[in-house]
Amino acid sequence: MENYSIEPHAFVLGCSAIGAGLAMIAGIGPGIGQGYAAGKGAEAVGRQPEARSTVTSTMLLGCAVAESTGIYGLVVAMILMFANPFIGQVPN
Amino acid sequence: MRLDLLETHSLIGNLVGLDTSVTPGIDVDVKVYKVFNIFGIEVWLTQTVVTTWIIMGALTLIALICRLKLKNYKEKPEGSQNFVELVIETMDSFVRSTMGDKHAYFGNWFFGVFCLILVSNLCGLLAFRSPTADLCTTFAITMTTFTLIHFMGIKTGKGSYFKGYLEPIPIMLPMNIISELATPISLSFRLFGNILGGSVIMAMVYSLPRILNFGIPAVLHIYFDVFAGCIQTVIFVMLSMTFIKDKIAE
Repeated sequence: MENYSIEPHAFVLGCSAIGAGLAMIAGIGPGIGQGYAAGKGAEAVGRQPEARSTVTSTMLLGCAVAESTGIYGLVVAMILMFANPFIGQVPN
Repeated sequence: MRLDLLETHSLIGNLVGLDTSVTPGIDVDVKVYKVFNIFGIEVWLTQTVVTTWIIMGALTLIALICRLKLKNYKEKPEGSQNFVELVIETMDSFVRSTMGDKHAYFGNWFFGVFCLILVSNLCGLLAFRSPTADLCTTFAITMTTFTLIHFMGIKTGKGSYFKGYLEPIPIMLPMNIISELATPISLSFRLFGNILGGSVIMAMVYSLPRILNFGIPAVLHIYFDVFAGCIQTVIFVMLSMTFIKDKIAE
């Protein structure tokens, strides 16, 4: 019986790829949150159309702050793809 | 496809029909040009440092030109004086509405930060690699905000600043310290992640075949570089001012 085994280097690379994909699931949060904020913004404009520019800029500000947790997931995914810290720790 | 000035050269070369070799895959690392050793400390001269020098030179030049034109200013502004006064008054009213009239002097510092981050974010339009796409730059700017927050807290609060960490229950001390440390991390990573993500996506679009490469990147630049860059600078400056205002005790 031959010994089929995974090389450590390939295993780390494969798991990093899976991890990068899992990290991007964090994109769900900002999507839902910003959609909700946009809905509330549209409601506010409908209620008071002359305040449109104030409502729009406030909504964009809120969206940009709420986006940060999605960006954290993107940063983790990009670190795993481009600057993988686990490769250097693989023996031989 | 490298994220640097060579991008423009290879694009022009492709249009003229020259054979420009493109490295396979995307290289998002910051290139290190030289490593110095000053008094035993290792100092790296990277792409970010050189681009920041270029930005500093350009901003200083604009400031000197404005200063030279200052002696021709009239009571009724016209032309470029109009524009300069509009910018300064907008920033002043912005700072006053966020921090109150008593601390309007913060506008001086934050206008400099605003200009630096804005020009750094828009660098991608000129085929440079933005300095803010490097965590070093954003973390350094965030450290200045962090220093300002706690310096103003101690200066105006003295004892109540330290007692504030024990509110509402003394057992909450580690939580309060962690939430204080989360502020610079979130500020720096928000700006870094937005700009780096935009530049990686643009590099991937530029490595597509010629059909999709011509004209479509311009639209993407409008979203990633202009829109996201401007909004992130406003967010950074406004959040910095809000955090400082929250710590000032009165």
